[in-house]
Parts: sequence; structure tokens; C-alpha cells
Amino acid sequence: MDQTLKADEIVRELKRAGIRIVVALPDRMTSEHLLKPILRNPDFRVLQVCKEDEGISICSGLYCADQRALLLIQYTGLLDSMNSLSRIAVEGQNPVCMMVGLLGKEPGVPPAQSKRYGLRIVVPILDVMGIEHHLIESSQDVSKIAPAVERAYANSMPVALLVGREPA
Amino acid sequence: MMKRDECLKVLARHRSNEIVVAVWKAAHEWIHISPSDLNYTFVGAMGQGASHALGLAVGRPDKRVIVLDGDGSLLMNLGCLVTIANAAPRNLVHCLCENGVYETNGSVAVPGAGRVSFTGLAREAGYAKVYEFSLLEDWDRALDRILKEDGPIFVDLKVEMGEDYPEDFRRLYSIQHREAFRRALKNA
Repeated sequence: MDQTLKADEIVRELKRAGIRIVVALPDRMTSEHLLKPILRNPDFRVLQVCKEDEGISICSGLYCADQRALLLIQYTGLLDSMNSLSRIAVEGQNPVCMMVGLLGKEPGVPPAQSKRYGLRIVVPILDVMGIEHHLIESSQDVSKIAPAVERAYANSMPVALLVGREPA
Repeated sequence: MMKRDECLKVLARHRSNEIVVAVWKAAHEWIHISPSDLNYTFVGAMGQGASHALGLAVGRPDKRVIVLDGDGSLLMNLGCLVTIANAAPRNLVHCLCENGVYETNGSVAVPGAGRVSFTGLAREAGYAKVYEFSLLEDWDRALDRILKEDGPIFVDLKVEMGEDYPEDFRRLYSIQHREAFRRALKNA
């Protein structure tokens, strides 16, 4: 199994999912090889936010305007956005598609078994909230992205794509 | 100082086909004062109105988007001023109904009430235009121009509680109305 995660494959998959707007707050895990190339890519528009919960609302507004978007954040920002996530994304039935960097996750270890408390609680919280999630940790996982985004928009519900290692 | 509902009635007279994002008390009043499928009240969480509006403004640059924000709400999401100014949507008008209190939550004063300059914050964040009104006739006179200018525009409306309107949070956050909004916007 290929243990690398290639940023250009993720970008291709995002395009395949019809995403042209990325709402982002830089995350050390994804900023170098994912966010920075996206910022330079004329196929995307990037909206930078000051706090992650803004992004949940921006993506919801974009959805009503018939535009697909990705919210690219770190897991700490996800944890900081619980109220917006529950009230706007889940109860408000908005297809907020989040790509969440799990900074510090040990390679090959499931997030729920991480030694880091903040990482360990992410998946159980998403489960309790009823939010679909997928671990994106190797090249094999990248093909999960477009179908997950399609499902989110088809069902009008959020999805979390958990980036388990730094893309190269 | 203007009665908020009177202030909103003036806006309703000048409204043509704009999207209006309204929060809390202003939302309860606005849906009665200016009913329309292009009213967006599905904000869900306090402080998030202007961020929803930014998404709408970026997604539909051909439509003007007006936000009816509150001071307690804006204080909860002050970073949105910088986010909006940085994104620089020309079609966004950010109106702040500044009453100095958390009216829905017992009318307790907001921190810094009467001392914080919201126009100062918006100006320094980088909004293209900033206005402040405390008289209905000035607001009325300026509105046609404001609704045509390039944004993002920030308008501080000095208001107090006016007539009492019924509260209906279920209506504000109704998925059915949100879907009607989406359909209306698609055809607008």
C-alpha cells in the first residue's frame, strides 16, 4: 500500500467534485503542499477566514447560491466551531464539506487511538453529531473525496475529510 | 436614535430585488416588514449573519446582499470584518442595528456599549465605505445611493426597540423556507 499522500491528487479530486472555492484558515499540516498551491491555482478562489466557524457560515451561504466549497482547517478549529457545526451544518442541513488536518496524528494509528487527547476525541464527537467522516491518509484514500462531497450535497449534510498525514 | 422597525421600514421602501440576511430581533421584524423569498434568516448561530452573507455575495456577485446584523452578534464574530474586507465583495452592504444591548437575552448591555466605534472597526478593517445614521430622514436620503455604491459597505444604524413583533424562531430557521430561498435565488 502506498503510504504517501499526494497534494496534487487531492487537488484533482477536489476539482472532480466540482469544488472551485476553498474557504481556509492555514493549518501547519496542509498549508505548505495543499493550501499554498491552491492559492496559486487560478482554477480556485480562496476565501481566507479569521476563525473557522466563519467558514461554516460562508460555505452555507455559498450552498444557497449554488456554489460548491471546501472548508480547509485544522482539527483545533473544528473543535472550536462546535456551535456553528451543530446549529448551522447539522440542524440547518447545509452540506459543509470540511478537510481537517489532524496535526500531530501518529502515522498509521487511527485518530481515535492517538496518544493526543485533542485528536482522540475528534472522531467520537463527529459520530455523536452524526457527521460522516473519512480518514484521508494515503493515496488510496483520495478517491473517497469526490463521492463523499457528492453525498454531502445530495443529502444536504456536512462531511469531514480527516487528513491523517502531511500531503507531499 | 431611530426605532429599529421604522428604520427597517425605510429600507423596505428602497428595496427592489436585494437578498436580505437578517438576524435575531431584526429578522423577526424584517419578515413582517418586507416579506420575500429572498429573505435569508437561516443563520443558525449568533454572530454568523455577516459570514452567511459573505458566502451569498461571493456566490452571486450579480445580486446585492444586505445584512441586518446586531451589535451583540457582531461582537461575537469581529474577525468577519477583516474577512469581508479582505474578500472585498462589491455587492455587500453590512448594516449594523446598534442598540447597545443583548435585546433577545434580557437587554443586558453589550461590552463597550456606547464606547466602541463599529464604524472605526469597519473602516480600519478595510471596508470600502462606512456610514453612520441616527436620524430616519438621513438614512432615507442616503439609501438609494448606498444601494448602488461598490462595497463592501458598512452602515451603523443607531437604533432602539420599536414596536413589538412576534418571535418565531422556527420560522427563522425553517428548512422549508431555506429551500424556498434557494429556489427563488436560482430564478432571480
